[in-house]
Amino acid sequence: VPAQRSTLGLLDRKLLFVTGKGGVGKTSVASALGHLAAAHGRRTLVCEVDSKGDLADFFGVGPLGFDPTEVRPNLYAMAMDTEASLKEYLRLQLKVPMLAKVGPLARTFDFIANAAPGVKEILTVGKLTWEVRERHYDLVVVDASATGHVVGQLASPVAINDLVKVGLVRNQTDWMIDILTDPDQTAVVVVTAPEEMPVSETLELVERLGDETDIEVASVVVNRVLPELFARSDEEIFDRVREPDAMASLSERVGAGVGKVMEGAELAVSLRRSRVRHLTRLREGLPPGLPVLNLPYLFTRSHGVRATAKIAESLGEELGF
Amino acid sequence: MARTRADQDAETLEQLCAAKEIVVSTGSGGVGKTTTAAALGATAAARLGIKVLVLTVDPARRLASALGMERFGNVETRVPDAAFDEAGVEAQGELWAAMLDTKQSWDDLIRLHAPDDATRDAILANPLYQNITGKFVQSHDYVAMERLYEIHNSGRYDLIVVDTPPTRNALDFLDAPDRMADFFSSRLLRWLIAPYRSRVVGFASKPFYTVADRILGTQFLEDIAEFFILFQSMYDGFVERARAVTELLGSPQTTFLVVSTLEVAPSREAAYFLSLLAERRYHVGALVLNKVLPDLLLDKPATESARVLAKHGAEVGAELDLALDLQRPHVGSVLTEVGRSFLDYQVVARREAEQRRELSAIPDLTLSVPYFDDDIHSLQGLLRLGEGIWT
Repeated sequence: VPAQRSTLGLLDRKLLFVTGKGGVGKTSVASALGHLAAAHGRRTLVCEVDSKGDLADFFGVGPLGFDPTEVRPNLYAMAMDTEASLKEYLRLQLKVPMLAKVGPLARTFDFIANAAPGVKEILTVGKLTWEVRERHYDLVVVDASATGHVVGQLASPVAINDLVKVGLVRNQTDWMIDILTDPDQTAVVVVTAPEEMPVSETLELVERLGDETDIEVASVVVNRVLPELFARSDEEIFDRVREPDAMASLSERVGAGVGKVMEGAELAVSLRRSRVRHLTRLREGLPPGLPVLNLPYLFTRSHGVRATAKIAESLGEELGF
Repeated sequence: MARTRADQDAETLEQLCAAKEIVVSTGSGGVGKTTTAAALGATAAARLGIKVLVLTVDPARRLASALGMERFGNVETRVPDAAFDEAGVEAQGELWAAMLDTKQSWDDLIRLHAPDDATRDAILANPLYQNITGKFVQSHDYVAMERLYEIHNSGRYDLIVVDTPPTRNALDFLDAPDRMADFFSSRLLRWLIAPYRSRVVGFASKPFYTVADRILGTQFLEDIAEFFILFQSMYDGFVERARAVTELLGSPQTTFLVVSTLEVAPSREAAYFLSLLAERRYHVGALVLNKVLPDLLLDKPATESARVLAKHGAEVGAELDLALDLQRPHVGSVLTEVGRSFLDYQVVARREAEQRRELSAIPDLTLSVPYFDDDIHSLQGLLRLGEGIWT
């Protein structure tokens, strides 16, 4: 556990790993963070690690590769490719051109990646920390693995250090660990949704990150928070207008469809209420002092780049921009 | 008991569960795949009078709580009849549940395939072994399929419902047996471990080893080599098993469920699953859509009423107040909000309806599960879900 929490703002770090349970909107939050940082003048790289191709949609661009694409001014996006990362690593770091002579790299890579645990993870984390170390960007935002795998990914340099006691790899993992464990440089952002399983997994993850890594969790982002229709004090009015005399009167004024409109409102109220319970459980279960940011549910047709802009706007409000 | 094998595709989940021996539940994370598998298994046990196993590989252990058990492990455990009684259902058959413990299952596998006790012990003690079996996502996939095969062969159950691991790449688990076999037969692997087998080749004389040694260190390479030399002694067993598992998944006894919600990303993934399964000629029994908003949100008269409320809620509220002497403030703002909210949710419901149309064009059977307020914790909840989509 880091001795002291960083006092820096979220976007003032150098490397943000955005994770969360599958389906909570991890990629949309990662892209919105990138969007926001770039809009505030930070040269930003957003990297998708699980190569599902979702990130490109959120920036409204074609497929992303290992070489970053500029998607907006100041904003670059790439997709992780561990084989390309290995090539770059060998070329830049180890200066071992002779490896090319001993057989196709692809096969060698395939073997090493499959044989040695954590190799794919270290090539991912290595590339990202390298970008930070070389100061190529002001901020690197990682659309990281989902909750189930992210601890393994973040702990990979330490795991490799335990297995490999000497050699060049060992020297490499040392500086990676330095970057990862500095809370002024690196932090994790956990994205969640106000539902039962996402909240439970978030609480478990925050605990595991504290227990198994020395990497700081900077924020929990609650995505898709449903709006409150009206204040608790007005609920009694909602009950009253659904009584038979009021419904008959409403039917005359706004049409017979009003019954279904009320059913729809009941659903909206109960969905909102069931989620409030999970939000409370989340706040109570998290370590004190850990900021929780709320993003509203988007009732729009838009996804892709327009949704990213909207989420970035809400994030900006929550972060006090 | 009589089991029929349907020549035609089943029209209900009941027919599907009666005709098949293995149901594989697939889908991306967070769509209710585990819950759906458990609900189906519980309902099949209750209604068909057969012996059902629900096999989950999800480390979150949520299935245990939904089945009313504190926890269960690698061992198959029977859900007590008392749990069904409590849920108000008389179970005609038996419901069993097991969770996949990757490490434990790998250990069992090594014990099964190891040619002798010495090899077995050496593998179990190898420093890389635990790392690989515990941390490899692929090893999870492989051992899940392997365990399924073993249980199916034992003939202990009439129906096995398997919840697949949340994979990064769609159907990784389907390829896991083949990949594992390929891996053990790879030339590169033999090449790498060659110098350890025959000390005739000087280790340091080969440039590859020199480089590998520089990068990884000698001890680590030796650990790797020992591990794979030991593993190679079990090669035949693994390859044979992998082939058998792949055959089982493609056999007429097996069907796949694709579970999804109608949100954008899960829908896209479900469409991809469906096309991939079709391409490989696997049997897709049904598409199950969770958390579906009700059709009333698409109702035309309701839309008109909602529009009036959203726009003129204040006036309507004032009139209503006057007519019924409500004597309350905020009637107008509550009505406005009610109308607005309906229209908001309608946007989502429309998008969902489109997604549903696109997705349901692919399989023969599509089932929609409404939004439940809460995740399901009880057998009763599972049975309610299962009954809702059963016939």
